[in-house]
Amino acid sequence: MIGLEEVSVRYGRDAALAGVSAQVEDGEWAGLIGANGAGKTTLLRAIMRLVPFQGRTRLGGAPTDRMSRRDLARLVAYVPQKPELPAEMTVADYILLGRSPHIGYFGFEKTKDHEICAGLLDRLDLTRFAGRTLRTLSGGELQRLVLGRALAQEAPILLLDEPTSALDLGRRVDALEIVDTLRLEHGLTVLSAMHDLTLAGQFADRLILLADGAVAATGSPSEVLDEAVLSQHFGHQVQVLRSPDGELIVAPRRTA
Amino acid sequence: MSTTLPGRTPGAGDEARAKAAADAEANAKANATAHATTNATAGPTETTRTAPPAIQLPRVSARRPVLVALVILIGAVLLGVSVGPADISLPTVLSGLLGHLPLIHYHSHTSALDWDVIWQIRLPGVVLGGMVGAMLAGGGAAYQGVFRNPLADPYLLGVAAGAGLGATIVIVESSGTDLNQILPFAAFAGAIGAVILTYLVGATSGRRASTASIVLAGVAVAALLTAIQTYLQQQHEPDLQGVYAWILGSLGTASWSDVTLILPYVALSAIVLFLHRRLLDVLRVGEEEAGALGVHAARVRLTVVAAATLGTAAAVSVSGLIGFVGIIVPHTVRLLSNASYRVVLPVSMIGGAAFLILADVVALNLQAPAQIPIGVVTAFVGAPFFLFLLRSRRTGVL
Repeated sequence: MIGLEEVSVRYGRDAALAGVSAQVEDGEWAGLIGANGAGKTTLLRAIMRLVPFQGRTRLGGAPTDRMSRRDLARLVAYVPQKPELPAEMTVADYILLGRSPHIGYFGFEKTKDHEICAGLLDRLDLTRFAGRTLRTLSGGELQRLVLGRALAQEAPILLLDEPTSALDLGRRVDALEIVDTLRLEHGLTVLSAMHDLTLAGQFADRLILLADGAVAATGSPSEVLDEAVLSQHFGHQVQVLRSPDGELIVAPRRTA
Repeated sequence: MSTTLPGRTPGAGDEARAKAAADAEANAKANATAHATTNATAGPTETTRTAPPAIQLPRVSARRPVLVALVILIGAVLLGVSVGPADISLPTVLSGLLGHLPLIHYHSHTSALDWDVIWQIRLPGVVLGGMVGAMLAGGGAAYQGVFRNPLADPYLLGVAAGAGLGATIVIVESSGTDLNQILPFAAFAGAIGAVILTYLVGATSGRRASTASIVLAGVAVAALLTAIQTYLQQQHEPDLQGVYAWILGSLGTASWSDVTLILPYVALSAIVLFLHRRLLDVLRVGEEEAGALGVHAARVRLTVVAAATLGTAAAVSVSGLIGFVGIIVPHTVRLLSNASYRVVLPVSMIGGAAFLILADVVALNLQAPAQIPIGVVTAFVGAPFFLFLLRSRRTGVL
């Protein structure tokens, strides 16, 4: 469970987040949507304590403010929007980084850590790349690998910042399907910032719409993906269509 | 809520489990079918632990590069001991060394005179050169890791400028006799003081210490201390030659007392750096992601910088300012072998030791009886070799 109470973040004089309160239940996938600069990334960074904030965040019921970095990393795994991918690092070394929260300061990976990572590479169809450097992987393969590193943390909560922004349409759906499958397999709680509103509506159980650093709307995809609400907060006319099998499709409308 | 994945009960109900099983089955690719499907049908909660995967992760092994580096080091040591104004043949050196090893009853054929040359003159220089080289190269690798900067070297935060100033003050102020005793301590104190000053300024500027602010503080501190040193030199022109000779570095007058003087610092530094090799790999994904992985990057950086500073300050206090080793040796290891710090750190230390011993052989013998400053040799031999490597291998060294 992720609990946020009045979370506020200021960058200098500007308020990036102004008192965000929200809750994500165990096993739920909550999609964080909103225009650029609405505060999606800042909110995820506040949960990870990567940015100073006011207010309270709780993970699995425990307040995070006095938690050690290590304990936090055992509880929540974070995939940033633009992960740092050392070109000369091997795939095996990279996914093993995900075991860091379980290894002591001067410790090293044990057989169990290798097994967990080997299993994940297999699961993500990356085994054949294990000995290759990141430089040689495609965007889709890297995306899966970054996800694999997060899963190697074996944390019950997963924070994803625009997990599919660099992918083509098919790979986007693939990546989100993998997240969904693993979420259901492991009962993960997922909070993900999502750019593509149509995909957000298809994958998330619930959507949280941020506007100017505050929660503007929250609810099921059919409640939040409303033409009037979206048009107001994205500053642009949008139309919400329904596909023959009932899926919501969000499309921009030309102004001219 | 449990914090481990395998074996924990999913929050979602049976429906969700069934869906997951179906999805997993559908997604399972041909080469993974066997075990992925077994898992999915047996129960989606048991993924990795119950069925150990047939595939093994390829592990980074430092064994081979370390062995190669050790062979080179042994060769360098033998060369360093046997080559000199009075050449001692390799068999004589080996025989002498074997004859003086404890627990081995070997009757040495080495004459007492030869052995005195080996033990009193050659070996201290070789051992000291090895320690200094190991520290400069290992410190360079560690600095490149914590600052994520390929140009970082052990002198980045002011070690060289501080040692230079400390040495200069002593050379211009003291009168002769006790100089050689005080000099290492002054250089050591100057080096440590400079880095502490850099850290105090750099790590407290702004709300959070960033690597950039520390590095920039290092540049400023080094400039300030060098200015003071230059001023002192100008004011004491007769001592210019002594200061200059010290700065260029030399291992020519090494003795066992130099070795024992710096051994504790070098050993402590090497052990601490070596123990950080996994954490330096974690830092390769940047401070923020390392933090998200539970690693306190600023703390690792402070510990590594403290250890590297201690070791390099001790090294320069007896050898002077030998440049370039800290940059070319670690990058050579990266280019030839592997960029993981599990390889780079130990192999740089061993390789740095070998490199400096060989450089000293050249420095002492090329124009014998005159000595070439060893810093000139490291740059003159090292730079072209490194440029050649850089051109012939892949780019993107960090």
